[in-house]
Order: sequence, then structure tokens, then C-alpha cells
Amino acid sequence: MVDVTDVAFIALTVVAVGGAISALEAREIIYGAVGLAASFFGVASLFFLLDSPFVAVFQITVYVGAVAVLVLFTVMLVREGRWFGDSMGPTARVAAVVTVGALIASLVSSFIAAGLSTASEQATAPSFVGIGQLLTGQYAPVLEVLALVLAASVLGALALAKVDPTVEGGAAAKAQAIDEREGRGGA
Amino acid sequence: MTVALSDYLIVSALLFGVGVYGLVTKRNAMRLVFSVEILVNAANINFIAFNRFLWPAALGQTVVLFSIALAAAEAAVILAIVVVAYRIHDDVDVSELKNLKG
Repeated sequence: MVDVTDVAFIALTVVAVGGAISALEAREIIYGAVGLAASFFGVASLFFLLDSPFVAVFQITVYVGAVAVLVLFTVMLVREGRWFGDSMGPTARVAAVVTVGALIASLVSSFIAAGLSTASEQATAPSFVGIGQLLTGQYAPVLEVLALVLAASVLGALALAKVDPTVEGGAAAKAQAIDEREGRGGA
Repeated sequence: MTVALSDYLIVSALLFGVGVYGLVTKRNAMRLVFSVEILVNAANINFIAFNRFLWPAALGQTVVLFSIALAAAEAAVILAIVVVAYRIHDDVDVSELKNLKG
């Protein structure tokens, strides 16, 4: 007998992992950015399956809504057509696939050996109230520090955006880069 | 048959493997950003799954909220760095960015 949850789980797994793979392997990096957004969405839906709707909605808001759009804009700002060869050679890629396959196999076998496939769910899912109590009680200092970190990162990003390539040796580096490219193009 | 804890952990392991593969083989800075975000997502799935199956309180969900906020802050800074690197070098291939090399 096929359960709806099983079907949904398999479909969401395909979306999450397939989106991640296409993010890295799509020929055009802008399609990769779209694949990354799909992967985020699949992971958020897995959170729904795990009875964590608050985190799922937070994930959609922050990742699909903010990070994916930020990534798309950056990709459009820095996109160039000569990026088809942005990977290492085939030997390095095969070696990486074999190593990562061994890593995944060892992780999966350790999950099975630890008896995690027989663990049963908690009777009741954690509630919104529980999240709120932790956020405003025991972990309130963490929340405050996190707010400072966010503010600092925004200030840092603003400071970086004001870097002028014509000062502090930037001009020399830029001229050198242009020379190299033209030299390559002429040869 | 219901979905077991180990199934969620396997999905997380798959995503983790994809992220590590990208970090190891890619040279484009944007693809490296993608890989890091995939790795963070894999870790978040683990937190939520363990929370649902093995712990009655909402501690794992709270940690994931912090993790998502941190990842967003980190993405903002990394993308700013990528844009600056592109403006200075006209390229985001990390094997070409050698200004900090000793």
C-alpha cells in the first residue's frame, strides 16, 4: 500500500537533490541559480513534512525570497559567456565523485547501524509556543547577538560596495587583468 | 511503510555530498556560494529531523532559525565580496584571485 506521505517525500527528495545538482552542473549559471531556488523550496517542503511549518515558512521567506533573489541579481551583474569551463578537469571530477560517493555510503551505513531507521516519531510535534518560549527565554541573548551580527553584515556589505577599483592598487590590478585578457585574445 | 528518521538523514547526506563535490571541483566563486548554501541546508534538515523524532521540545527548530539567519547574513557579505572581486578583476574564477597569496 502506498502512502501519500511516502510519495511526497520521494518527490521532494528529487526536487531538493536534483535542484542542488543542477545548481552546480547547469551550463548557464543563471539556470543554476534557479535550480538552487528549487532546491531551497524542496528542503522547505521537507520541513512541512516534518511538522515544522514555522521553520518551513521562515526558510521560504529567507532563502527562496531573499537569498535566491540576491544570488540571481549577483549572477546577472557578474555573468559572462566565457564561463563554460568553470570546473576542474575530468580526472579531478571523477575523483571527487568517487570520494563523495564513499562519504555518502559511509554516512548512510552508520545511520542504519545506529538503529535510526527504527526510531519512532514523538507523539506530539513541537509547537509554535515552544519556539517562542525558547526564543524569548533561554536563547534571548543569542537572538540579541544575532541581530547585531545581521546589522554588522549589512554594514560590511555596504562598506564593500563602496570599494573603488581606482584606488589602493586597484587600478594597477585592473590594468593588468585587461592586459592579460587582451594578450590572450591576440595570441 | 512510513518515512523513517534515517530516510531524512539520507536526504541530508545526499545534499551534503553534492555540496562537498561542488566545493572541491568548482572554480567559479558563484558556484562555491551555491555549494555553501546547499551544505547549510543539509545541516538544517538534520536538526529538524532529529528534533521531530528524538526530542519533545522545539530546540532543534530554534537552532535552525538562528542558522537560517546566519546563512543569510553570510550570503550577503560573500555576494558583496564577489561583486567587488568582479569589479577589480573582471573575473570571479577563484584560481585567478591571487592578491592575498603570500
